[in-house]
Amino acid sequence: MAARAIWKGRIRFGDVDVPVKLYSAVQDRSIRFRLLHEKDGEPVTQRMIDPSTGDIVEHADVQRAFPTDDGELVLLDDDELASVQPEPSRDIEVTHFVDPAAITHQWYDRPYFLGPDEDDGAYAALADALRRRKVEGVARWVMRNTEYVGALRLHGDHLVLMTLRRAGEVVPASALDAPGGRTLDRREVDMATQLVAALEDDLDLSEFRDEYRDRVLELIEAKAEGKVVRFPAPPKKKAAASLGDMLERSVREVKKRRKSA
Amino acid sequence: MPETDEREADIGPRSFWSGTITFGLVSIPVELYPAHRSSRVSLRMVSPEGTPLERRYFCAREERELDWGEIVRGYELEKGSFVVVTDDELEKLAPDRTRDIDLRRFVPANDIDPMHFERAYFLTPGGNSTKAYRLLAATMEKTGRAGIATFVMRGKEYLIAILAENGILRAETLRFADEVRTPDDVGLPEPARASATAVKKIEKAIRSLTRDALDESQLEDAASARLIDLARRKAEEGEDVVAAPDVEAAPPADGVLDLMAVLKRSLEGRTDTDDAPAGRSTPRKSAAKKTATKKAAAKKTAAKKTAAKKTAAKK
Repeated sequence: MAARAIWKGRIRFGDVDVPVKLYSAVQDRSIRFRLLHEKDGEPVTQRMIDPSTGDIVEHADVQRAFPTDDGELVLLDDDELASVQPEPSRDIEVTHFVDPAAITHQWYDRPYFLGPDEDDGAYAALADALRRRKVEGVARWVMRNTEYVGALRLHGDHLVLMTLRRAGEVVPASALDAPGGRTLDRREVDMATQLVAALEDDLDLSEFRDEYRDRVLELIEAKAEGKVVRFPAPPKKKAAASLGDMLERSVREVKKRRKSA
Repeated sequence: MPETDEREADIGPRSFWSGTITFGLVSIPVELYPAHRSSRVSLRMVSPEGTPLERRYFCAREERELDWGEIVRGYELEKGSFVVVTDDELEKLAPDRTRDIDLRRFVPANDIDPMHFERAYFLTPGGNSTKAYRLLAATMEKTGRAGIATFVMRGKEYLIAILAENGILRAETLRFADEVRTPDDVGLPEPARASATAVKKIEKAIRSLTRDALDESQLEDAASARLIDLARRKAEEGEDVVAAPDVEAAPPADGVLDLMAVLKRSLEGRTDTDDAPAGRSTPRKSAAKKTATKKAAAKKTAAKKTAAKKTAAKK
């Protein structure tokens, strides 16, 4: 089943103009709960109240205010809020291109697939050009009244627009000092390296399932059918030992498991 | 009761989870801190007179406000029909995994598809000894490996990659395989054949716009800046300003520094005692410890809830 495009725009830079459609590349699988009144099972409704009077303030009467550093609120009306909204536009303006390594994944926020919008040739040419130049673009656009900055990159043969976090929102590890302590023991470093190697495998994310989600759904089903719910037993604890002993035993156990598997 | 839909919102610069990384039989106590900080401006919802409003829950049938204690969580089976699920039940579904990140798989760090990265958290040493922490960080960094694991936090299972950089461990939540679509899922056509002339033309345009580094000024949040300007201008003129002594100020523009200070403190503030046991502690001791952690966690959740209730509206 093909997904529906969420937005249409045009990638522009220099004399390049490529019409595209945007599709969300992620789908949320979280289990959604509703809040209920326990007594009658009625879904609760949320309302805004004025705590000084206890009165309900209807949605249409709710105002927005900006809290200042001095403990004041500046009221902003709808016209004022509208005045700071970005101008609507269909342009996805690429401002510059960089080596893909220049944007670490910590900047990445949300991925969107791009599909061609009636000009398959232009789309294919842009994808080819990005592949040949080995770069990704930094693009800005306005979608549903919000300004976005994103990385225009390749995902296999297709184009992806990855929204980026804002300046100052990423704390790089290089800005922090690692915890200190005595020099690590050579023997322990060797054993830890062996343990990592013994636990190394190819990456296949599809092997990892959200098992907790499955269990929650099973619980819901069991309760719906009036069955007795079984819960897993809590884990057993193991005795303490020194770091060296623990590493040695771990390496031994992992290797044994590997052999018998 | 955690509010499932707002769980990721409003995470301040404090440790909001402490637990253990298990690596073979070695246990490494860690605390989790956000590695991202939201810089967006949060507007408050107020009455027409400027009184900050509070969100309350009402029962539509009885037409009255409800206490938190009268509210339960329900899963909608079909329209209007719910199964009630308690916190206690959810907790019992994952007894072994709420406090443990079990590292059983290591992969080349560069093999992780960037489409899967969601959020980053720094892990700081949680116990008195930093040795096992430093050992794991050094080993992973040297070998360019990332650990992959799942763990449960606040009623949700997370798939994470543990990465080491600059001697510091970081946990990055990953989207599960079924949460990321493929071009096939979306229904994207196989790309057409591109004309060589068109490719050449685009390459030329790319070349003239290629730079050595990311221009971070492009990442400035212009919309928030305009909003702040507008509000400051009105504040200076004393227009539509009301006193609100109980209201928290918007996070300062340099809010990241705040988080940095907390992170630096928690990375520095440990004395390394090499003789501390690295394995899991004895059952009795551990049980006592667990209760303490749980209580602290409950407190934190409660505090977070209050914070979450403070209306943060973004227009």
